[in-house]
Amino acid sequence: MFKKIGIPRALLYYDYYPLWHTFFENVGAEIVLSDRTNNKILNDGVKYCINEACLPVKLFHGHIVNLIGKADCLFVPRMKSVARNEYICPKFTGLPDMIRSSVPNLPPIIDCEVNLRKSNAQLKEAFFEAGSFFTEDKARIWTAAQIAMEANDRYRKQVEGGRLPAQILENRQVPDNDGLRIAVIGHIYNLYDDYINRGLLGKLYENGARVFTPELIQGGIVDGNAAKLDKKVFWSFARRLMGAAMHFAEQKNVDGVIYLMSFGCGIDSFIAELCERRLRRQTDIPFYLIVLDEHSGEAGINTRLEAFIDMLKWRKRNDSDLSAHG
Amino acid sequence: MIVTFPHMGNVYVLVKTLFDEMGVEYIIPPKCNKRTLELGTKYAPEMACLPLKINIGNFIESIEQGADTIIITGGCGPCRFGYYAEMHKEILAGLGYNVEIITLEVNEKGIPELLCRLKRMIGGRSVSSLALPMYKAMRIQTAADKLEELSFRIRPREIRKGSTDAIMQKYFDTVKTVYGAKAIAHLIEETRNLLLSTEIDKDYAPIKIGIVGEIYTLIEPFTNLDIEKMLGNMGVEVNRSLYISHWIKEHIILGGLHMRKKQPFEREAEPYLKTAIGGHAQETLGNTVLYAKQHYDGAIQIYPLTCMPEIVAGSIMPSVTKDYDIPVLTLVMDEITGEAGYITRIDAFVDMLRRRRQIKEANNELVLSGH
Repeated sequence: MFKKIGIPRALLYYDYYPLWHTFFENVGAEIVLSDRTNNKILNDGVKYCINEACLPVKLFHGHIVNLIGKADCLFVPRMKSVARNEYICPKFTGLPDMIRSSVPNLPPIIDCEVNLRKSNAQLKEAFFEAGSFFTEDKARIWTAAQIAMEANDRYRKQVEGGRLPAQILENRQVPDNDGLRIAVIGHIYNLYDDYINRGLLGKLYENGARVFTPELIQGGIVDGNAAKLDKKVFWSFARRLMGAAMHFAEQKNVDGVIYLMSFGCGIDSFIAELCERRLRRQTDIPFYLIVLDEHSGEAGINTRLEAFIDMLKWRKRNDSDLSAHG
Repeated sequence: MIVTFPHMGNVYVLVKTLFDEMGVEYIIPPKCNKRTLELGTKYAPEMACLPLKINIGNFIESIEQGADTIIITGGCGPCRFGYYAEMHKEILAGLGYNVEIITLEVNEKGIPELLCRLKRMIGGRSVSSLALPMYKAMRIQTAADKLEELSFRIRPREIRKGSTDAIMQKYFDTVKTVYGAKAIAHLIEETRNLLLSTEIDKDYAPIKIGIVGEIYTLIEPFTNLDIEKMLGNMGVEVNRSLYISHWIKEHIILGGLHMRKKQPFEREAEPYLKTAIGGHAQETLGNTVLYAKQHYDGAIQIYPLTCMPEIVAGSIMPSVTKDYDIPVLTLVMDEITGEAGYITRIDAFVDMLRRRRQIKEANNELVLSGH
């Protein structure tokens, strides 16, 4: 039996931490969360992870290194699918194996498989597998699972109600701005990790902007939009991004769209392109693509971001109904 | 309706046989060349994987010759290939090409939709009329793949350098011009006999290298520097782990009938990568183990830059190398066509394998000789 479980503050942490936390707490585990992403974590990630991987996966390796020695075991679930007939990125599915092969001196890893592609029933197995490391009491595990699912539902409702995951999980302050309305589209682990995106959201707030992210849009609206595509986007998280971009394209209720992707992201190489093409076709909303990688020079991003914001302000002041080229 | 399709190594032999037998009018895209790649990199998203870019180049070059319908296969994830057709549609429509794209896949609309699309492909005739031509095309593809496999064994052992290359070049030039299953089968048989009658050094025990990785870059010589030929001419015997005929048999025929059995590579891969993650990650790891068990001197993993499943496999590969003491060279391919860097690394890898074998032989470690 283990007591302390280490959870990396990376990748799907922003989507599922309330669920994981509640579950492990209720089976009697003590939860150790890795530190917020910092330079050491980035360097460790780059050091241990395969060169070709994307930045978020490298950072995940760094967060694992950060937890070594702090916990009896690490939680790296094998996430294959989180919804029927959908997948997520293959790197998530191979993550436990990647970690085992790349990071030395690891404590045991809890790598229960989550594969809801065919049905939700598999989730039960995953709970029992993960819980069995902390208690033999099956009833306790099942109760913990129920409470965790409720916590997860509450969390989703809070987010859809307008609170950002970073506000709920990390107590980030969000000012009540009423200036530019800017949509920021990107994977959840890129949007809310301030280190990875060089404090993008904060910089937008400083400029008086109101920020809209895909998580804030009602699930039903995302689903409805995504269903209009000729072919279903079979990656769950990308489908959310695509649905959100379509929503902004249709409502035309934002002044600018920023797409945040990591270098080498296989899925975003397609989805960012599809979002941009759709926005350009249907609207004249300016679109700005930021590609993140492990180079930590911030000046390039700042310059381009300032230029983008200036341009949006200028468009708004002059006449927002006219396109920039008259 | 003039149909075209993307290149992927010798797959055009299969498609050609099928369309010849069905009487469908088609255009084989020009062999992948520098312009194909240039068109692809110009119009495809920067970070898309290499096969998508080359597909786009193939399509544009075929459209220029008069094609108006594109046939490709699809899928439903998690590899990016499943969304290729949608990207193709966007990009070609954006360029103003008026082409229809028919994707052959079983998607959320199920088998009836696939039958519908097959029917469109063959100009409204009944789908059952496809059965015999499909069977013939599959047999021919199997023979074509076996022919290439044979050339990998003959090339390093040939006495007169260049004889295998000459035979194969003639075959590749001719196969596009002969018509129908019977003639293609005859040509393959003829080429096979030519290869078998090539004078070879029977006592030569070449270095043996297994090629693993992502299927497209493995099969399409334009994307892998024609690596089998290059290694063969260095005196190395090559074994490629994936062939299109094998893929079709396993995934479409047996998979479709739910009769697919667990393959040896899956058993070998499981300790390293527990489940299939899409693409060919398990194949890559499992086949490397199998090559090691068959006393291959080394393996080469090839994949396109940003390929998601192969990044996972590549990340785990050092564990396989360590456990089975098999050297693995990883080649990541992208649109940069400077070959010198790759050739230097391949050369050095082969030298290293030769030296390893000499040391092992000197220490009597190698029980089995290369053959």
